[in-house]
Amino acid sequence: MSGNLPSPIPLMDEGTTAFWQATTQGKLLLPICRSCGSVIWYPRALCHDCSSTEVDWVPAGGLGTVYSCTVVGRGEGAYKDAGPYVLAYVELAEGPRMLTNVVDCDPRSVRIGDQVALVFAQTEGYAALPRFRPAVSQ
Amino acid sequence: MGIRGAAYVAGAFEHPLREIPHLSLAQIHAEVALGALADSGLSLADVDGYFCGGDAPGIGPLNMAEYLGLQPSYVDSTEGGGASYLQHVGHACAAIAAGKCNVALITLAGKPRTTKTIALPPPGPDAGFESPFGPTTVGLYALVAARHMYEYGTTSEDLAEVKVAASLHAQHNPNALLRKPVTVEEVVASPMVSAPLHRLDCCVRTDGGGAVVLVSPAVASTLQRTLVKVLGHGESLKHTAGGRIDLTYTGAVWSGPRAFDEAGVTPRDIGYASIYDSFTIAVLEAIEDLGFCEKGEGGRFVRNGGLVAPFGRLPFNTDGGGLCNNHPGNRGGMTKLIEAVRQLRGEAHPAVQVPDCELALAHATGVLLGTRSVSSTVILGRADA
Repeated sequence: MSGNLPSPIPLMDEGTTAFWQATTQGKLLLPICRSCGSVIWYPRALCHDCSSTEVDWVPAGGLGTVYSCTVVGRGEGAYKDAGPYVLAYVELAEGPRMLTNVVDCDPRSVRIGDQVALVFAQTEGYAALPRFRPAVSQ
Repeated sequence: MGIRGAAYVAGAFEHPLREIPHLSLAQIHAEVALGALADSGLSLADVDGYFCGGDAPGIGPLNMAEYLGLQPSYVDSTEGGGASYLQHVGHACAAIAAGKCNVALITLAGKPRTTKTIALPPPGPDAGFESPFGPTTVGLYALVAARHMYEYGTTSEDLAEVKVAASLHAQHNPNALLRKPVTVEEVVASPMVSAPLHRLDCCVRTDGGGAVVLVSPAVASTLQRTLVKVLGHGESLKHTAGGRIDLTYTGAVWSGPRAFDEAGVTPRDIGYASIYDSFTIAVLEAIEDLGFCEKGEGGRFVRNGGLVAPFGRLPFNTDGGGLCNNHPGNRGGMTKLIEAVRQLRGEAHPAVQVPDCELALAHATGVLLGTRSVSSTVILGRADA
């Protein structure tokens, strides 16, 4: 199981403190371009498509699909002693693909195409990590 | 405009050692610089252009130029991980064409086998959204491999073919770290590091280095050494694209056509290819993206000795590549360039020398294919090309 993965404090900067603060309240905020409607990931107030700097921060619905996944046998740094864990790209229902972990399951059971749901792992800082668990019980 | 014929590779040198605890990084840079210059018939005093990666000791090219005693009129420390050195070739040719320098030296040195560390790049604005989730280098390439398998039916056995071909070549290279041929069965039976990538899908970690010397046509005409002409160069950046990362292709889809167009040749004209092989999947995707086969057909392309020199469909990495020979400093672009030069000079090992090799390609994928990466493609030909 990988339910107790390390939750290192993410590197935050002036542009992302509001995003991380929202994670501590269980919200994954997605910047949506006010000009062209694009959903931007990783979060920043600059549209990849039209260069607008006007974005609205809208909470994600929390559902996604595994775009790719691997079981990392042995991690590094904070993950050195974590045991095998799932590193994945999850494609959010809103569109963006985000690097994350799939937890609360046997790591070897996760497959591309699986439906997953957002969960948060509180760090020791003012941030929680957006991770995912299988949306259908296994 | 373009760099076709603007410069020649006059000298190349790969450090013969794979573990170098007794030399400093600067000493290794110096040894390979002197080696490549001796190969060309030139000396440090002739160098007026200097190129190195962002990992060279000191600030950009400054401290190493000082160490080497250079007073260059042109320098460049463009940093693209292992692809840096193929970027430098293109940049050096452009600088020579513009009259900024006449003799350009490119050096690489690294000691990860001794220090057992990987130098992490300074964090980008993306770091907070990736590093907390434990991305390892192998893990990020595994994500690429898993998606390629999902979309195209590529198998672990297909990836293993890449390693097998490299190992068949490495047995002829007395300096190669791993000289023992392996089988597909041995690759897929090796320990799983990050599914679907096994230990033998991963390149070696070696100390070492290499250097090349590029010269203007005027300087080239004064030299005795067999010359290799630079015909084309392309580079590209591929990243997460605002959240739309697609793991099934690499930046070679852009760097490749840029290089081929500049050279005025096509993939079918290439007799030998050095292809960046940090991991087997990097080779498979690059072969597709460079146009040697259709997207998704890489697995079929490499089967049944497709990459084995001298008579496979695309003889590749005849030195044994990063998978078996050398991946100095965790940066494979320099050695890709050097083996392509050997092939065009007819100086590869006779068992793997491509007969009458006229055109060669060297391609590198630097940094991390699973998030953001730098691709650079160089096309080289014999002096009469």
